[in-house]
Amino acid sequence: MPDITVPSNNLTTRLPILRILKERLFIVLCIIGTVFGVLALVTLFYQVFVDGWHRLSWDFLTSMPSRHADRAGVLPALVGTLWLLVLTTLVTVPLGIGSAVYLEEFAPKNRLSKLIQVNIANLAGVPSIVYGLLGLAIFVRTLSLERSLAAAALTMSLLILPMVITASQEAIRAVPNSFREGSLALGATRWETVRNAVLPSAYSGILTGVILGLSRALGEAAPLIAIGAATFVSTVPKSPMEEGFTVLPIQIFNWADRPKREFLENSAAAIIVLMTVILVFNLLAAILRTKARKRTRA
Amino acid sequence: MKMVSIALLLVAAICISGCGDKGGFAGSGEGGAALRGSIQADGSSTVHPFTAAFAEEFRMQNRGVSITVGESGTGGGFKRFCRGETDISNASRPMRQEEIDLCKENGVEFIELPVAYDALTVVVNPKNTLLDSITVEELKRIWEPNSTVKTWRDLNPAWPDRQILLFGPGQASGTFDYFTEAIVGKAKSSRTDYSASESDNELVNGVAGSDWALGYFGFSYYDQNRSKLKALKINGVEPSFETVENGTYQPLSRPLLLYINKKAAERPEVKAFIHFILDPANREIMKEEGFVPLPDEVYSLVRAKFDHLKTGTVFGGKEAVGLKLDDLLKMESGE
Repeated sequence: MPDITVPSNNLTTRLPILRILKERLFIVLCIIGTVFGVLALVTLFYQVFVDGWHRLSWDFLTSMPSRHADRAGVLPALVGTLWLLVLTTLVTVPLGIGSAVYLEEFAPKNRLSKLIQVNIANLAGVPSIVYGLLGLAIFVRTLSLERSLAAAALTMSLLILPMVITASQEAIRAVPNSFREGSLALGATRWETVRNAVLPSAYSGILTGVILGLSRALGEAAPLIAIGAATFVSTVPKSPMEEGFTVLPIQIFNWADRPKREFLENSAAAIIVLMTVILVFNLLAAILRTKARKRTRA
Repeated sequence: MKMVSIALLLVAAICISGCGDKGGFAGSGEGGAALRGSIQADGSSTVHPFTAAFAEEFRMQNRGVSITVGESGTGGGFKRFCRGETDISNASRPMRQEEIDLCKENGVEFIELPVAYDALTVVVNPKNTLLDSITVEELKRIWEPNSTVKTWRDLNPAWPDRQILLFGPGQASGTFDYFTEAIVGKAKSSRTDYSASESDNELVNGVAGSDWALGYFGFSYYDQNRSKLKALKINGVEPSFETVENGTYQPLSRPLLLYINKKAAERPEVKAFIHFILDPANREIMKEEGFVPLPDEVYSLVRAKFDHLKTGTVFGGKEAVGLKLDDLLKMESGE
């Protein structure tokens, strides 16, 4: 044994100093990269909490927007955001996973599939405002859904579908072929194979894609402004078809642009509310994912 | 379902019995039976706080009416309005010819209501002690396209050779349209090498943050940030509620307008809302939001115009630059 370790020790001591320095430099660069991201986030959180913390209260969550900054609340925006979350999930999940399953498991590997594939990848890079204009033309005007939450949710689904489909495809591709072969060999149909073998083991990867997509949808304001979301709403939306709604990012945007300084504090407080919604939602998804992992292992 | 309707009834009952004697701002007279319905407004971001403030106060007495106010900009608002999608369009400039044509094409008739004044304010950093007043001619030299004014010395040989950092609204803004028309002489004609932002707060921070800056935006943004900015007199007149009201702050006073779809104007809830806005007892609401009210005579003319459903524009598709209140009076009564 010692005769093996000795030469290898010699080898490391013989490493030229330049290579060692390079390695050190590389590690330092990696650390700087990590710290930079974290610092930016911490600064943002700090700023927002300093500005907005004292405005947070039950009243802030349950009040209507107002021209008096100290009486204003986020109720319609918060309810709008939650509606949007639920509706977008309902549209995106079946469509996104459905397309991914089709493309991975059923679609013939020909030019057409390739074309579709390339299109989906490109769609992920289209700026969100373009989806807003598309939503305005198709959902708001052609389908005359007007400026409703339904139109907003459909627009947001369009926006995040490429992301969800691509992530789901990756997850499905990562399922070992032996799973499918085993299932088929036992006499299962292809549907049963997808249902019982592929999807359960791809579940957590798909879930990650869905969460990333929906988190993005919750934070977007531009496409909703394009389809005509209002910035002052006096009632809480009761149905997805109701005209006139607002969401938290738009409320934040509106308050940040008011001449009165106190509204900036409201804006910061609304940012805290929005981040909390997204965090809670991500937490829920994390719990679901760990549960699913345990189940697939058992 | 039953619970919900009972709860709604209770709320309505409380509101009808309670709101009346709470005082606050005056009702519009048509109270009586509870109003129901919804009103859609959209348009200028300058006028947005105006309409939103009145919507909030109006709803204190009329819980059954829901009002939404969007912020697509004056031009964006007109596009929607002329498709018949909104009942009220907020505007920081009169309707242009192509917008009038679009409305006509879609069979949308509108009533044009001047509702308040705004004063565009030219500001510098408080540390700048070079000047307190500026002339329209000097402003034109600074802002015209291909302007050769780069430093303060270019403006006045006695001043230091420091670059003038310019801040102003972006090209999509109605404020930009009005300022260029009033100062340069042609709407949308401006030098382009300045820091442009659609967010007025960014302009405020820009001027407050550099000693040699100069910028322009709506009066309410100056009004709320007086400690950080210095407003320049224009041709010797300082911007204030008084100078705008008496017509001496020229040419940067501009009328703000509401355009009402004629069909919507026949609905009781829209009628009540407009009467509420024009009610003399509610003038404080607009002052609190930084808007300069028109004289009472103009409001009575405007109300008469609304009640008679008089359609069309008095501005002939042009900007309303240098328009004094008595001019406006004549235009309104000359109909």
